[in-house]
Amino acid sequence: MSLVGARVLRKEDPNLITGNGQYVDDLQPAGCTAMVFVRSTEAHAKIRSIDTAEALALPGVLAVWTSANIVQLANCPGGLPGLDQPLLAKDVVRFVGEGVAVVVATDRYIAADAAELIVVDYEPLPAVASLSAAMAPGAVVLHEVLGGNTVHFQDFENPLNEAFAAAPRTASMHIVNNRCAPSPIEPNVCLADWGRSGLTLWAAFQAPHHLRNTIAQYFGIPQDSTRVVAPDVGGGFGAKINFVPEFFLTALLSKEIGRPVKYTQTRSECLVAMLHGRAQEHDASVAFDNDGRILALKLTVTQDQGAYPNGTGMGLPVLTTAMAAGCYRIPAVAISWRNVVTNTTPVAAYRGAGRPEASYTIERLIDLIADETGVDPVEVRRRNFIPVDAFPYATHSPLAMYDSGNFAGALDELLKHVNYDDLKKEQEKRRQDPAAKLLGIGFSSWLEIAGFGPPGSLEAFGHLASWESAQVRIQPDGSAIIFTGASPHGQGTVTTYAQIAADELGIDFDRISVKHGDTAVVPQGIGTMGSRAVAVGGEGVKTASGRVYENAKRIAAHLLEASAEDIIIEDEKFFVKGTPARSVPWSEVAWKSFQPLELPGGMEPGALDSTVFQQVPNFSFPSGAYCCVVEIDRETGGVNIVNMYLVDDCGTVINPLLVEGQVHGGVAQGIAQALYEHMLYDPSGVPRTSTFMDYLVPAASDLPGYVTGRINTPNPSNTLGAKGVGESGSVGAPPAVVNAVVDALSHLGVKHIDMPVTPIKVWNILEGAK
Amino acid sequence: MIPAQFDYVEATSVADAIRLLAEHGDEAKLLAGGHSLIPLMKLRLVTPATLIDVTHIKELSYIKEDGNNIVIGALTRHRDIEESELVKKHLPLVAHVAGEVGDPQVRNRGTIGGSLVHGDPAADLPAAALATGATMVIAGQNGERRISAQDFFVDFLETDVQSGEMLTAIEFPKHTDAGWAYEKFVRRAMDYSIVGVALQLGAKPGVALVNMSNKPHLAVSASQAIGKGAAIADVLAVINDDTNPPEDLNATVEYRQHLARVLTQRAFASASK
Amino acid sequence: MTIRTAITVNGKDTSREVEARTLLVHYLREELGLTGTHVGCDTSNCGACTVLLDGEAVKSCTVFAAQIHDCNITTIEGAAQADGSFSPIQEGFRQEHGLQCGYCTPGMIMASTALLTENPNPTEEEIRHALEGNLCRCTGYEMIVNAVRWAAEHPNFTSGGAK
Repeated sequence: MSLVGARVLRKEDPNLITGNGQYVDDLQPAGCTAMVFVRSTEAHAKIRSIDTAEALALPGVLAVWTSANIVQLANCPGGLPGLDQPLLAKDVVRFVGEGVAVVVATDRYIAADAAELIVVDYEPLPAVASLSAAMAPGAVVLHEVLGGNTVHFQDFENPLNEAFAAAPRTASMHIVNNRCAPSPIEPNVCLADWGRSGLTLWAAFQAPHHLRNTIAQYFGIPQDSTRVVAPDVGGGFGAKINFVPEFFLTALLSKEIGRPVKYTQTRSECLVAMLHGRAQEHDASVAFDNDGRILALKLTVTQDQGAYPNGTGMGLPVLTTAMAAGCYRIPAVAISWRNVVTNTTPVAAYRGAGRPEASYTIERLIDLIADETGVDPVEVRRRNFIPVDAFPYATHSPLAMYDSGNFAGALDELLKHVNYDDLKKEQEKRRQDPAAKLLGIGFSSWLEIAGFGPPGSLEAFGHLASWESAQVRIQPDGSAIIFTGASPHGQGTVTTYAQIAADELGIDFDRISVKHGDTAVVPQGIGTMGSRAVAVGGEGVKTASGRVYENAKRIAAHLLEASAEDIIIEDEKFFVKGTPARSVPWSEVAWKSFQPLELPGGMEPGALDSTVFQQVPNFSFPSGAYCCVVEIDRETGGVNIVNMYLVDDCGTVINPLLVEGQVHGGVAQGIAQALYEHMLYDPSGVPRTSTFMDYLVPAASDLPGYVTGRINTPNPSNTLGAKGVGESGSVGAPPAVVNAVVDALSHLGVKHIDMPVTPIKVWNILEGAK
Repeated sequence: MIPAQFDYVEATSVADAIRLLAEHGDEAKLLAGGHSLIPLMKLRLVTPATLIDVTHIKELSYIKEDGNNIVIGALTRHRDIEESELVKKHLPLVAHVAGEVGDPQVRNRGTIGGSLVHGDPAADLPAAALATGATMVIAGQNGERRISAQDFFVDFLETDVQSGEMLTAIEFPKHTDAGWAYEKFVRRAMDYSIVGVALQLGAKPGVALVNMSNKPHLAVSASQAIGKGAAIADVLAVINDDTNPPEDLNATVEYRQHLARVLTQRAFASASK
Repeated sequence: MTIRTAITVNGKDTSREVEARTLLVHYLREELGLTGTHVGCDTSNCGACTVLLDGEAVKSCTVFAAQIHDCNITTIEGAAQADGSFSPIQEGFRQEHGLQCGYCTPGMIMASTALLTENPNPTEEEIRHALEGNLCRCTGYEMIVNAVRWAAEHPNFTSGGAK
């Protein structure tokens, strides 16, 4: 029975459901100390002085550091030259939440008390907390070396003026993709122990080898005695890929005081100090004909980088503009982008990382075209889809060479679940009844770029390479250990890889372990991000398992005095096809694989051990069709999702239970962005949503159930055929929700409403329409 | 996340608590369920020198019938009020509102006394106390005194409980078989109301508003209008009298006033069934 | 100021000298080494710290260890059955993929356990309402609801369980 495609329960769960998980804050090595930050309460200010005397005098305090203590290694890796974020602010702070000082004490309670005793004297400077403020003439400049606040501007190659002038119709939109705080339930946390035998850093991180490589290089210490461990990690969503000052500060302090140093971020800190996501504004124009066919698309993306640009944040608009056309055949596409700094928390990847922003805008434009031409939005999509026979499909961007998909097919599948005609009739009926709630139906035909990625793709973001490592090693008793460079934090990768390996090796699922996250155990790796764990890492597991199996067959053939081509396996027994009675078990093959006298000529002991650095020739292109049905309370403006229909195409499904979970989770975050979440700053750069009371992560009562379906166009870039699905929900859901809201209000002439769609926004529109 | 240090004493009775309050003065705070106080202490917005823990004074956790009143001890938990057959029968508005406070974990610890003395204009139970015309029983060194709910809430997070006093009980007149409703408009289910309306109909009607002023608010004009049998439109015309709605992340003054009218109308429709 | 606690945790009496301001969650995690209960926020919203206090769900980050002498606390480490089997709730989370990263899970399991004690056959709406005080960022909640329904439908579940 094949496990690939089977609903298999997770190996990860027994520990986690009994409280036996091991998250970084659970670790309490002997002598462990606690580090606490003092963080800026000003968005932009000079630091006149920092008084640490009282804090240093508190019993139990072991160190109090400011930038004065770390003159030589002052900056956090991952930034841009000359624009680096310092580990601790020196002379000036540029965002609320920036670290100004750290305290290390014998326990976290004393450290918290000491932090309160530190007095920072700020001289406030004007602050720019929004893109428009930062780009206004005469705006205060964050980084003198830039001269202004634009870090980089990529102009249009060809602004398509002729195409737009000649088109029957054009329309434009200014679209805000609201800043979100990824908010994994586990904030950032790390524990550094720098002793005589080297540095060990435990960190809630998505790419431990990347951290190991970088931190060793940063400190000028050898990688062989530098170890990074990502144990159980409580969610990441992209925010735990970037380097943050605490990694380097805990290490330096551990070296200094000779004890382990642990930093456990509070939620209030997390909302201002963990990297934010989204924070883009789009100026989009579309040229189309009266039948709703798109003739040209022009998109400018302005990406808020926050106070300190980093490699990932700089790359987001590149991904957004590469995917500007979505799943549509658009003859002419012009893209441009700019990266702008503001006095806010730095921005980086958040589930989807640039692609939700792209799908949101193109899907809003589709609905706008529908509204302008009177053509049904479903029909507009059909008229513009890239057809099934058009792959491989070259887009306006060399990054985005679409290789598979059936966009019309996904929409067809979706419409089997949605009574679209009935809903439209109901919508009209309710419009005539002033006492009824308004009904809205919104679609999203979305496409994204995932499965990072082909050679060079992750290097552009500062990673060592774009492969993923898999080592499959058979033990003498015939059980198997897989060592992966993937670094899961909830995805169920251990279970998924064991399923893949079980199929390839013919070894029982329960006799396969998967190790990850520890650079001392897994020699090399890249990490989990960009929906690559199955598409790249899983393919590596398949490749390595396949090679081991071939050698196992050779050993079995030797033991059975048969030809390797004639050997098959069933119930962990090798035999010649047709003669199952004469078999040799995996355990015997494994044992003998270490015994030179037992091996076929030319085979070395230890042959059942294969390491693969798996590459893929292209990104993957998950896609899907979603439909959201909303009700709007005319009197309060309250929006309620009645139904959420979701059809995904992630190619081959390894484990339908886990794929479903990823879809639900991504959709939940997408709905949250559309209706609830907004990391909001006042004009002076002070965050107004700095706790979980005001930053509205929804709970179970605030979200709907999900109706899911699937189609499958296999990924041609790997033999598994799997595209990945981790970020799909957050790409597809926001436009479906907002399209539904706009649809509900379209009879009032509403063309657009920015996320999050709050009750007061809707009420203002309803009042305005009276 | 970590509160400042404090001294901790446990009160074993009301008299003991009064004595400890006198001893420690204004630097002491009473600790009951802790779900208003402890979050403030963890953010160090409040740093009392001493906490007087009253959670173990069992004699203050009760619900009893006393003639025409239902009397609820100040340390009765929200969840016990929500589930009480007595309260459901005679004060269904109060039972319902107690079930709307926060989330289940909050209701397992939070007490009615703690909520009322905290006096948050955005909280649910103060509105229920106002709408039902409750009387607060306050104990101090000079004995016991009573004050109406309306006079109890003085200003933002400030009640009439003086230095050295503690709220010991709340006397609710029975509203058996009278119509009632509670309309709570929120972003997320667990959130404080953007606006809430507590409506008690019957012989002595009252309507109170949540998050419409700097303190829990009894809509006096509207309550009087209801008592005179006014039409709903006339009640709505005065519902916002004397309010001072805040402007915040979720709402403007105008939107809150609008919501107050909408929710009051809905409360009426629901209460009259 | 320090106080001496007297709290029964998972059936065992515990007594420690701790600062009065010690939060119950830190008492459990750091004094007793029971790290299954997690901290996810500092405004009592997320519920990752939920434990049972005399059988009822409470947020252990909003209780001082000093307040609760002579009480019975059950943490996730005490959720399994006496014979080592997972509880029906634990098994439900496993069967229905009610967890991904696992960080909110102990709190979710304890809150769900309290729900089923009080309401053995809850509707979907009742489950979502009962879990309003528990945030999850991974699952989107539907599979958590399914997990609780599974437990409601298998109240007598028993197995080999966790070792």
